Amino acid sequence: MSATPSPVLTPVLSDNWDAERAWTLESYESLGGYAALHKALGMAQADIVEAVKDSGLRGRGGAGFPTGMKWSFIPQDNPKPKYLVVNADESEPGTCKDVPLMMASPHTLVEGVIISSYAIRANHAFIYVRGEVLHVVRRLQQAVAEAYAAGHLGKDIHGSGYDLDLVVHAGAGAYICGEETALLDSLEGRRGQPRLRPPFPAVAGLYASPTVINNVESIASVPAIVANGAEWFSSMGTEKSKGFVLYSLSGHVKRPGQFEAPLGITLRELIDLAGGMREGHELKFWTPGGSSTPLLTAEHLDMPLDYEAVGEAGSMLGTRALQIFDDTTCVVRAVLRWTEFYKHESCGKCTPCREGTWWLVQTLARLEAGQGTEEDLDVLLDQCENILGRSFCALGDGATSPITSSIEYFREEFLAHLSHGGCPFDPAASTVFAAQGAHA
Amino acid sequence: MTQVSTSSAGEVEKSDAVTLTIDGVSVSVPKDTLVIRAAEQVGVQIPRFCDHPLLAPVGACRQCLVEVPDAGNGRPIPKPQASCTLQVAEGMVVNTQATSPVADKAQQGVMEFLLINHPLDCPVCDKGGECPLQNQAMSNGRAESRFSATGGVKRTFPKPINISAQVLLDRERCVLCARCTRFSEQIAGDPFIALVERGALQQVGIYEKEPFESYFSGNTIQICPVGALTSADYRFRSRPFDLVSTPSVAEHDACGSAIRVDHRRGKVMRRLSGNDPEVNEEWITDKDRFAFTYARAGDRIPHPLVRDAGTGELRAASWPEAFAVAARGLAAARTAGGVGVLTGGRLTAEDAYAYSSFARMVLGTNDIDFRARPHSAEEADFLAAEVVGRGLGHPQSVTYTDLESASLVVLAGLEPEDEAGAVFLRLRKASRTGTRVLALAPYASRGLAKMDGLLLATTPGTEAAALDGLTEHSEHGLDSTGVILVGERLATAPGALAAAARLSRTTGARLAWVPRRAGDRGAVEVGCLPNLLPGGRPVADPAARVDAAAAWGVDHLPEAPGRDGTAILEALSAGELGGLLVGGVSTTDLADPDAARAAIEAAGFVVSLEQRETEVTRAADVVLPVAPASDKAGTYLTWEGRPRPFEAVLSNPASLPDLRVLAGIAEESGVSLGFRTVAEARRQMDQFGAWDGDRAPAAEPAKVKERRLAKNKFWLATWKQMLDLGTMQDGEEALRATARPAIARVPWSVHEVLGGATEVVLTGDRGSVTLPVEPADLPDDTVWVPANSHGNGVLADLASPGSAVTVKGVRA
Repeated sequence: MSATPSPVLTPVLSDNWDAERAWTLESYESLGGYAALHKALGMAQADIVEAVKDSGLRGRGGAGFPTGMKWSFIPQDNPKPKYLVVNADESEPGTCKDVPLMMASPHTLVEGVIISSYAIRANHAFIYVRGEVLHVVRRLQQAVAEAYAAGHLGKDIHGSGYDLDLVVHAGAGAYICGEETALLDSLEGRRGQPRLRPPFPAVAGLYASPTVINNVESIASVPAIVANGAEWFSSMGTEKSKGFVLYSLSGHVKRPGQFEAPLGITLRELIDLAGGMREGHELKFWTPGGSSTPLLTAEHLDMPLDYEAVGEAGSMLGTRALQIFDDTTCVVRAVLRWTEFYKHESCGKCTPCREGTWWLVQTLARLEAGQGTEEDLDVLLDQCENILGRSFCALGDGATSPITSSIEYFREEFLAHLSHGGCPFDPAASTVFAAQGAHA
Repeated sequence: MTQVSTSSAGEVEKSDAVTLTIDGVSVSVPKDTLVIRAAEQVGVQIPRFCDHPLLAPVGACRQCLVEVPDAGNGRPIPKPQASCTLQVAEGMVVNTQATSPVADKAQQGVMEFLLINHPLDCPVCDKGGECPLQNQAMSNGRAESRFSATGGVKRTFPKPINISAQVLLDRERCVLCARCTRFSEQIAGDPFIALVERGALQQVGIYEKEPFESYFSGNTIQICPVGALTSADYRFRSRPFDLVSTPSVAEHDACGSAIRVDHRRGKVMRRLSGNDPEVNEEWITDKDRFAFTYARAGDRIPHPLVRDAGTGELRAASWPEAFAVAARGLAAARTAGGVGVLTGGRLTAEDAYAYSSFARMVLGTNDIDFRARPHSAEEADFLAAEVVGRGLGHPQSVTYTDLESASLVVLAGLEPEDEAGAVFLRLRKASRTGTRVLALAPYASRGLAKMDGLLLATTPGTEAAALDGLTEHSEHGLDSTGVILVGERLATAPGALAAAARLSRTTGARLAWVPRRAGDRGAVEVGCLPNLLPGGRPVADPAARVDAAAAWGVDHLPEAPGRDGTAILEALSAGELGGLLVGGVSTTDLADPDAARAAIEAAGFVVSLEQRETEVTRAADVVLPVAPASDKAGTYLTWEGRPRPFEAVLSNPASLPDLRVLAGIAEESGVSLGFRTVAEARRQMDQFGAWDGDRAPAAEPAKVKERRLAKNKFWLATWKQMLDLGTMQDGEEALRATARPAIARVPWSVHEVLGGATEVVLTGDRGSVTLPVEPADLPDDTVWVPANSHGNGVLADLASPGSAVTVKGVRA
């Protein structure tokens, strides 16, 4: 959303966001929208899958699994119907890319859904969208209605003989429903809790039928790949992390927002694009992909933001939700707030996550209040060790990330709480309403 | 323990065996085995909560984590794995807590988490002493709580809450393993409890409009790995280590479910399901579990009673006096026309054998019938021709396991959920793996829906035609891989039992008779029927009579087939019979309760063997108290013909089994039955053996009379619900409160005409009853009411079997 085009930005998904009434079909089509669909319907399904494979597109929902490979897992000899489900339950703290995308240009996603469904031979697709973002739900519903009216959805799309129905389903507000199998349970009308795997969704997903579940941004990237070719897409990014992504910067930067750039850009470049840190303050720590990814510090400013480099630094690229915290922020306080989130959102199915987050919050709250001893830090780390890799799904793992990483980088700050008898920071100083020049 | 790999018979090892290494020990197990069970084969018990061998894996509690250094493909699995969801693979290497520090730490960590929100109330918890959480916290947990050491605050809930009248939930004790909810959904098909809320506030909940009214709810208490679920009846009653456990067999139906009776100081405190994979697996009905206090009812008869010649009142008597009075009176009654014998269906096989012997040897009669319910001559012929002697191992026999492998099970005159709970659970299990169920019934019951069954709607009396129709119409695909289960109620449908036998012969489908009561099948085998002697010897067959006489050591046996139950009562009223020997019969169960009452009043001499005071004992001349099931040894035969022997649970010398009482009367009459104890009776029964001569000929089909339904009348369909006003459920108020309410079901067409009426008055030839009404997919000329859920039951209060009733709507 930068006003002046920057040489490092690659606006593809966000290219039309500043167009007049960008969310309408009229606007979308006037900028060439649905041409990729027309091209795709003229291609063999396998060729589309191949193109997505060749492009190197990796899942944008956090895990980074190659999208084309996921599609090829769908057994085509299974007599059951096949489904495409778009995971639009964006709930990770700090992540704000799918909601703006669907808000500004829902047709980008709808076109992606149609092409992707055609590629995997699905005649029924779903967008599972987070229920709290009502405005986005309405935009999506409106876009789907427009697409039906224009013949992009429904029977015999563009005269190709291909049929597709697309349902926009609003969730009821649970972080766990972003976990793909919990999402399927929720979509089926059950309580959202993760399912046992195997069977994997590719074999027995929605209604026990072969199902592909992709993130909004992954599916939205497909029309551009079909339109411009795999080579165009893979010309961007780094060796193993191809293409462009939406980076969402939030926190203590001057101009927070979404920045679409190739994989491999550095945080330093992104902060520059966001106008720099808050006046008079330094970067203290940041998350590369939301609160479930271990936090990093200023020493990682020049690390390329791609799957490999961030992984090497001990974190994960995740959803590229770059939450930026400056030196006014108490890391203990921030971590406690995140942990409270995980406690609130733990679905309760498995013991380590359900009970562990309950305990973690109590331990952290004591530490923040300056109670306890240094040994409590070891107990805290031991609790994390007993949750990480022991819980049923990744929610529990994510809950431990901010704790273990913050103790790794800021152990002294935890101890300062104990010696200070409470938090040594002024909590008001980190707020957006803090007086200019508030001191740390 | 490695029975698979070391087959002594030298058979080729099953090709689907998988060999893996657990804690350094190589073990071969069948493919698809879960690691947690493979580990049991090498003697390693991995701690677990959510895992249950009869429930689908869920992997929720994470207690059973193990390390897998080699998944069978040469690569390790990076994270510890839940062994309850992990299937074995060839070459897999698993290290449990016994050898792996990683697995041990993972398990200790999960145990610590489980305990942070678990109250330390073991000293007052019913589960304390037999609690998997307590035990495994000792074996796989740390001694000190780091949570409370750092001032942790536990989650608490107000306690307890009723999830049904019988089942209570202490939410703070729950470890959320979901065994109870999974049982209710997967096994019983009653998903009335579910997990609600999330995180640490997740809890088992109910939907208020659909209470947890399941006939199998007690199983959830038994499989709860903590003390979260308790029963209103047992809560706070005793400590497990004060109880003595005795294995036994449930006496409430013909399923022969294995149970465990826990008692303390001569008093039964609770009953649990036993574990018998061949019969009831690990499940029992709530009736089997909770209905045992009838034996402690206030109206138990404590000592023999004889009618005082002077006052005409019953007075206490000694056993010798009572034996003598009974023997004298029966001898006189025999001279005055003869004595009939009614035995009810709740006797053990040994006791029933004693009645059968007593009738033939002491009373010299074949006037004996165990069928304390509407019955028919066709049924007696059917039992002699198609049922008796076809026990386990007989090519025509049907077992629980056979139900699972059957392609199609046809039900006729049988509602398994109400009348044979273990059969229902097995059929439901079978239906989930491909067995189809087809029911000839007036409407599609909830039980049938749970078996995903198909209804072939019949009005009472049309079952014979419907069964014949199955032969002609092959679309249901009944063939030799199918099974036909007929219930005792089919006796009231003329021609239906004969039609079932015919259907079995033409299609090759095997046929089994599933009665309601525990003693029914045993009574058939020992000859408590007018046409059968013990071991299936037909009375009408001279060779069989000679054989039986020789076994009993008597010169000859009465030759004429006897009267059946109805005929015995008629003969008593008519003065043709001089007396009656009756054991465990309730008049309201009989085809005509009023006539039965009158017949007993009219009888010259009545000897009653009973546990509790009844209409019959009040009218009897001699009353001899007999032992309840808990006080005696015995054998029930299941509907399959499987003997289910059990020993006495309580030692109560004053409590005599029927056979001991009958032996006493016989001896006073100058005849020795040849036994005085259960063991002696068993020995004699073994020596008696089964008849190897000709079977009785196939049942002669009863003439199906043309029936006409008068205008505005409806055929009455009925059966007894599992939980109702039956006297053996007396004293169990919490259980009775979970019974399904008494509701009249009418066809949709009638319901529309009723126009919003909430109740109906049904009027038959014996009276009227008013019941709440619900529509059902009944034929347009049929209504249904439960047989014993209101008043004195349908037969006493409403209508005679096979008759029609009128229906009138009322607004409550």
